[in-house]
Amino acid sequence: MPVVELEGVTKAYDGGVVGLQRASVSIGRGEFVFLVGPTGCGKSTCIRLLLKELEPSEGEVRIAGKPLSKIPRKRVPMLRRNVGTVFQDYKLLPNRTVYDNVAYSLEVIGEGRDQIRRKVPDILRLVGLSTKLHAYPDQLSGGEQQRVSIARAFVNHPPLLLADEPTGNLDPETSIGIMQLIYRINRTGTTVVVATHDKEMVDKMRRRVVELREGRIVRDQESGLYRPDESTTEFAIRLRGELGIGAEGHPN
Amino acid sequence: MFFFKEALRGLRRSTAPALAAMLTVLITALVLGVFIPIVQATMGAASDVRDRVVVDIYVAEGASPAERESAQRAIERTANVRSVEFISKDEALARAREKNPRAFREGSELLGSNPLPASFRIVPDDPTKVGQVVDRLAPKGPEGAREPQLTAIDEVRYREEDTQQILSVTGLVTVVTGGLALLLVVASVALIANTIRLSIFARRREVEVMRLVGATNWFIRWPFMIEGVIVGFTGVALAVVLLTAAKESVLEPLSDRWAFLAAPDTIAYPLLVGLLVLAGVAVSAAGSGLTLRRFLKV
Repeated sequence: MPVVELEGVTKAYDGGVVGLQRASVSIGRGEFVFLVGPTGCGKSTCIRLLLKELEPSEGEVRIAGKPLSKIPRKRVPMLRRNVGTVFQDYKLLPNRTVYDNVAYSLEVIGEGRDQIRRKVPDILRLVGLSTKLHAYPDQLSGGEQQRVSIARAFVNHPPLLLADEPTGNLDPETSIGIMQLIYRINRTGTTVVVATHDKEMVDKMRRRVVELREGRIVRDQESGLYRPDESTTEFAIRLRGELGIGAEGHPN
Repeated sequence: MFFFKEALRGLRRSTAPALAAMLTVLITALVLGVFIPIVQATMGAASDVRDRVVVDIYVAEGASPAERESAQRAIERTANVRSVEFISKDEALARAREKNPRAFREGSELLGSNPLPASFRIVPDDPTKVGQVVDRLAPKGPEGAREPQLTAIDEVRYREEDTQQILSVTGLVTVVTGGLALLLVVASVALIANTIRLSIFARRREVEVMRLVGATNWFIRWPFMIEGVIVGFTGVALAVVLLTAAKESVLEPLSDRWAFLAAPDTIAYPLLVGLLVLAGVAVSAAGSGLTLRRFLKV
């Protein structure tokens, strides 16, 4: 059974702006999918529909076979506990330390204190932040903040991880580390959907690419590139990049 | 316990808005704490004055004790009569003497007998109904003169003009002070609710993030409401401390001289304090809860 399914989904915002138009896509368990396209093409709409932050105007969104329209408002938090999210602006709680930010998503599901004490340092070690447990978000760099948000998204081991422009605010070097982390999460069997316009990253990873343009899905390709037809110049840039520092991601 | 810790964390990390909200609660509680007893005293004074509206019924000179007693029973049965007090001739004289000793010492000796009639003094249950009581006991005859219904009664009297004036003035006082009190309460609630709104508004991103990681609405709401309770409680507590200090140092020495300040009708102090605490806490908590509702949608 596919983890994520969109069936003829249209989302029209108030005022006639169309976020998504008759989009259908199916994402299976353990897949790593890039959602690409220019700003305003419907990537974020897609992510927000999957979190039931928005309701589709038409069509059906299903997660693990369950139509989101059937989930009552009260059960929406349960849905979100099973979907990890990572955003461009990190969305950390500013008045909590790194440790407490991650612990919060365990407290939310009623996890016991001993479990929290065990799991939080573990996951922070995984993302390489074990030395910054008691720092506040504003004392961290952008890359570090994004690592915290990934740790928070993954600490309950949700079956699905959504990332909306996770590297949008980061320099290429840091981006690689972040993508590596997300990739590592994918390798544990988690389905990952990454909305991005980071062309270089998409081209390097060679994963499934779903391209959106003005709300329509214009391409869905296994192990694709950001653009199907890579020009020779682009090819050259990519090669140079791969031969340079970015080829082997840094652990941190 | 978790929620309580969360609330404390919230207060620690956003001290300025919490302090502003607390100050607002403090000031409004202070104003209300002073104003409520004043309103109460005013209303009490007004109702004291209203209780002076009475009807005097003079017993006919020749009435036998049996007739008099049946008259008393009849009066007691009349609608809107709260109490009936019988004043015998001797008592009437004694009271008159007390009021005006010189005139009566000489007068009674001069007359040789007590000129004052026995009477019933009636207090109506509702001062505005005094006219009806009089109408029942002594309806107006065809010529406009009142004719008592009972043979034992000589005359029914009430000071109609005075009564009307008392009623209209006290009525106005009651309405005006009541209206002011209501306005003040409404303004206080609005002020506190608004301050709390602002302090939560500044943290709406935080709420958004909490929702995103799957916190239920009550999970988010509890710490904010506990925060509201803490803010409301400390605000009112400080106000009560100030009020008590003011009461002890300013009011107590003065109350010997001004009966108004020691008016027995004002609200009991512990009750006033209890009310203020309850109101402050309830308004703060409800304000937090209601403001959050906006951010918790979707």
